[in-house]
Amino acid sequence: MTFRIGPRTSQIIAYVALLTMTAIMVIVLFFIIFYILRNGLGQLTLEFLTDKTREMGKEGGILPSIMGTLFITIVATVIATPLGVGSAVYLVEYTRGGPIRRIISFGADCLAGVPSIIFGLFGFIFFVISMNLGWSILSGGLTLAVMILPTIIRTSEEAIKSVPHTYREISYSLGGGKLDTILRVVLPTAMPGILTGVILGIGRAVGETAAVIFTAGSSLGLPTSIFSSTRTLAVHFYILAREGISMPKAYGTAAVLIIIILAINFIAYRLMHRFIARYY
Amino acid sequence: MKDKIAEKLLLFVALSAIMSLALITFFIFQQGIPLIFKAGLGNFLSLKWAPTRGGFGILSMVIGSLMVTVGALAVGIPFGLAAAIFLAEFSSKTIQKTLKPIIELLAGIPSVVYGFIGIVILVPFIRVTFGGPGFSVLAASIILGIMILPTIVSISYDALLAVPNTYREGSYAVGATKWQTIVLLLLPAARSGIVAGIILGMGRAIGETMAVIMIAGNALKIPGSIFDSVRTLTSTIALELGYAAGDHRGALFACGSILFLIIIVLNIVAIRITSRK
Repeated sequence: MTFRIGPRTSQIIAYVALLTMTAIMVIVLFFIIFYILRNGLGQLTLEFLTDKTREMGKEGGILPSIMGTLFITIVATVIATPLGVGSAVYLVEYTRGGPIRRIISFGADCLAGVPSIIFGLFGFIFFVISMNLGWSILSGGLTLAVMILPTIIRTSEEAIKSVPHTYREISYSLGGGKLDTILRVVLPTAMPGILTGVILGIGRAVGETAAVIFTAGSSLGLPTSIFSSTRTLAVHFYILAREGISMPKAYGTAAVLIIIILAINFIAYRLMHRFIARYY
Repeated sequence: MKDKIAEKLLLFVALSAIMSLALITFFIFQQGIPLIFKAGLGNFLSLKWAPTRGGFGILSMVIGSLMVTVGALAVGIPFGLAAAIFLAEFSSKTIQKTLKPIIELLAGIPSVVYGFIGIVILVPFIRVTFGGPGFSVLAASIILGIMILPTIVSISYDALLAVPNTYREGSYAVGATKWQTIVLLLLPAARSGIVAGIILGMGRAIGETMAVIMIAGNALKIPGSIFDSVRTLTSTIALELGYAAGDHRGALFACGSILFLIIIVLNIVAIRITSRK
């Protein structure tokens, strides 16, 4: 005697199971954010954000790490944005399929899958040692620039692709050249989408640890130039937590990181939505 | 004239990604491969890792990486697929619009934060519930499983959405339920995209470093059970690069070369699967 579950019943069982599993995923995410903020927000005083780090992080604040993160991210963004947007413009406006397009796309896709420790190894041997830049904001920023390049290429490509073709035709019919059309019509129209890519890239750079710890080092001094070694927020948090230096300070630093990531995701989401609402 | 120069310049810029990839490949292999020849394959594939005394065996780390990756997939695939199916087939537009950014947020959380949650919540829980050190294959698998979810969900979701609506309508027309349609028609039709998502998730799990270092325990031996401590290729690189010199550094780059090779193969397979359509 066999017991069979009817199709209707199995549909209900499946629905409940899928719903539960999706809900667990969402709950885990909110739990992580809630847990870090609950334990960390209390640490966030003005002093914590604006004071130097003392006694390896046991005392004082996180100002050097905030500045280090800021400078490294600026270097990475300033280098990766023109390269990424330029690549995307070339992909969309100048290639019609063909091997060059395939090679460029392959490069971006493959680079996107390279793990951050490999970027760390590469940045260490190439920027820090071969180019003799030492552990510095510059080495860290250059390494992160390579890492966030695919994010910016892919998002900008989508944004440029979705600019309606009529816009370009109108510009041509008014006597605009190809470059003028790109600079005055295509890029301004695609700007919110491009910015989304840049902001997502910034998010990756801010949260990164493995690629910066071996390229920017972990110095706790206030950076004085782009050749200073520095310790980003993520690296500082890692060292505080792993070496058990100070749990309250670790929670505080994590809360700062989480707030930055939340803000970045929120801005990227809003920008993307404004963009999508306009063109789809 | 201006347009011609611009086109050349843009082509040069557009090659930046592939040039970076070539540079990375060159430097990682140039630093790592010579040591493999110097040590000999027998030494390199042995269990004895004592890089300051001529022992360059990476076998236990390779096995460690494979174990946590399999573990991560065991957690990530069912939850990732479930969420993708729920999102694509059982959700209204509003729910899709709410859940998508939530999943993207999951991808944006830094890996050190995942590792930290592992230290303060998961590791103590495993220690109390199952005994042992808590820092274990199991802890690493669960955290990595969560970390690869966004990759699996978003790629599988796109693959399911790409299945033409006529499939669904035809199936409903002959009286199939939604669930039958999903299992018998949609999943097979979206199979290649789903597989690509899983492969990319696998690449993320093998390559993840900071979260694993924080929760895997990093003991240099082949784990006897999922409650044992484990050390991966990535952890070894990150733990030792700071002070390694000479052949030791070469050995870490050799680990990096093996890791890089695995990742590139996985990437190429995933890219080929997705571009076949």
